[in-house]
Amino acid sequence: MTIKEIINKYGNKRENLLQILHDIQNQSPQNYISEENIKTLSEKMKIPVSDIKGTASFYTMYSFDPRGKYVIRVCESPPCHILGAQTIFKAIETKLGIKEGETTKDGFFTLEGTSCLGVCSVAPAMMINDEVYGNLDEEKIGKILEQIREKESK
Amino acid sequence: MMSKRSIAQVLVGIDGNTVLFGARKIKTKLITEIHKHDLSDQVQVIETGSIGPANQGVIIGIYPVGEMYGNITEEEVAEFVQERFVKGRPYKKLLLSERLPVGIDLTAYDSRKTQYFGRIVLDNCGKINPEDIEEYIGVEGYEALGIILKEKTPEEVIKIIQNSGLKGRGGAGFPTGLKWSFAAKTKITPKYVICNADEGEPGTFKDRLIMEGDPHKVLEGMAICGYAIGANAGYIYIRGEYQLSIERLEKAIKDAEKLGLLGKNIFDTDFDFQVKIKIGAGSYVCGEETTLLNSMEGFRGTPRFKPPFPAESGFLAKPTNVNNVETFANIAPIILNGAEWFKKFGTEKSPGTKVYTVLGHIKRSGLIEVPMGVTLREIIYDYAGGMSSGKFKMAQMGGTAGNILSSEFLDIPLDFQSLSGVGYSLGSGAILIMNETVSVVDFMKCCIKFFTHESCGKCTPCREGTRYIYEILDKISLGKGKIDDLETLKLLGENMKDTSFCPLGQSAPNSLLDTMKLFPEEYSELLKK
Repeated sequence: MTIKEIINKYGNKRENLLQILHDIQNQSPQNYISEENIKTLSEKMKIPVSDIKGTASFYTMYSFDPRGKYVIRVCESPPCHILGAQTIFKAIETKLGIKEGETTKDGFFTLEGTSCLGVCSVAPAMMINDEVYGNLDEEKIGKILEQIREKESK
Repeated sequence: MMSKRSIAQVLVGIDGNTVLFGARKIKTKLITEIHKHDLSDQVQVIETGSIGPANQGVIIGIYPVGEMYGNITEEEVAEFVQERFVKGRPYKKLLLSERLPVGIDLTAYDSRKTQYFGRIVLDNCGKINPEDIEEYIGVEGYEALGIILKEKTPEEVIKIIQNSGLKGRGGAGFPTGLKWSFAAKTKITPKYVICNADEGEPGTFKDRLIMEGDPHKVLEGMAICGYAIGANAGYIYIRGEYQLSIERLEKAIKDAEKLGLLGKNIFDTDFDFQVKIKIGAGSYVCGEETTLLNSMEGFRGTPRFKPPFPAESGFLAKPTNVNNVETFANIAPIILNGAEWFKKFGTEKSPGTKVYTVLGHIKRSGLIEVPMGVTLREIIYDYAGGMSSGKFKMAQMGGTAGNILSSEFLDIPLDFQSLSGVGYSLGSGAILIMNETVSVVDFMKCCIKFFTHESCGKCTPCREGTRYIYEILDKISLGKGKIDDLETLKLLGENMKDTSFCPLGQSAPNSLLDTMKLFPEEYSELLKK
């Protein structure tokens, strides 16, 4: 959809800005909101670029930088922490060779930390795009990442 | 209404957790296997919300016998169907000790020792298919709305809610009926009803399971509120992470509109009520009601000064009533059964039940709904099956913003009054149980790190305080702390409590101050000699 179509879907009102930003980001293959998109949005919605950026940068779900096709978000909140979230982070970092906030060279994965995902009964947990994975350990993480790689290489 | 009266019903609990274990595939496989044995007329497979224990993989329940099975895999389905429905005997391998609530008697709440004693909020969760409005109607769904539209004035509705003594279940515990009466008084229109589903408190996912398991109950509660305060529009502000809840609510709204239970001229009266969903974008502070309003209007999530209160000037500067998901889920049952019935549950000053998420080092983690006033000891040892390993050390009550309860608090009744008596609050409903392997300083570092990230930056005490506290804790944990650091931590924490602009900063140091009081040795032994 073009930006104009997305705006029309919700209505050209400030109160719909967050939904519009969600849609723009979701349709980007690199999971982000580009400078160009913000400029177009600014013209169409008559909101200054600085204001849109100021608002969007407040929320952790939006990114202004290109991210991997798969965004891995590992929960860092206390319930996951006491059940070993740190080892999950380390396992992913070792497997993918990236640190928090970085993207793999092939552009597949970005690793991020996140606040509570609300699936604490299967802690430690993470989300990859819209999918939630729980009861994680090193072995399970290896399998999950391999499955995604396999799917991609086909 | 259940369309076909089958001999048995197999419930498959489908929620955010069980989907991870392949619940959808298992449901399909069950249907195929049952069909294979030509039992489709007798055994009906029903998709439902969360059934019960949350750490048992995919759970299925069987009516009318009440058996529950856990950790079932796709490979086991064929054998299970063969044993249970062809041979007609329990499939012992996966049988759980918990049982489905069969023929619930609400007076059974005295016998607290059983896991299912009768529930108000979660009554339908795991019993009906949340995606089928007919099933909700079959259990008196939308009857409360029909009754009030035809027989009660808005003032009478507010009176019932006030008399019931229901208090907000989002954490603060403000009397719901009183809150409604504020928004009802003003003559300014339009008015808005907002359901706060921005459940971000770490360890809390009760609202998610309520929305996934019984979305119509929340919608009905909102519509009743709309009628009571004179609003024709409702919004559900929900976290962007809650995909399944969003899908189920969207479907529920559509289905209700089709039947004239939401939308224009509800029940052929002149009452209109439209519900829309707004999706959040990852910010904890947006659960605070004035912050939520800013976010809904498309701005940064920072809190507003009160007064004016939302009842006077809320969403788009119009009168607005904001309640939590669980609060709305209590409304229809209260209308149907009356305020006196509701008061039979819980304690005198905190009537009703409370939905908790119980987590950490315990045998059974997950969701429970218990009467107000149940103790922590009962929750750990009766409902959660005891500690999974080690000895009880402490519990964090009400999420990361909550208080710390050590073993001396095990027998304090958990309700609004008793907890405020010791300077604590009930909070969001998360109870994180920890054993002696947890280091207090390390745990607090994790909690405060969360707040440094989620502080919106509007006021100095919270923005700077959280960061400063984190730095000091980090220093202490590395063995570089000095004795003065403890004094500074306390001072910072108390200052934040007293001077922060909104509840985030005011509650962020709760656990820190509690642990410094309850476990001072854990801090001092790390200090530089």
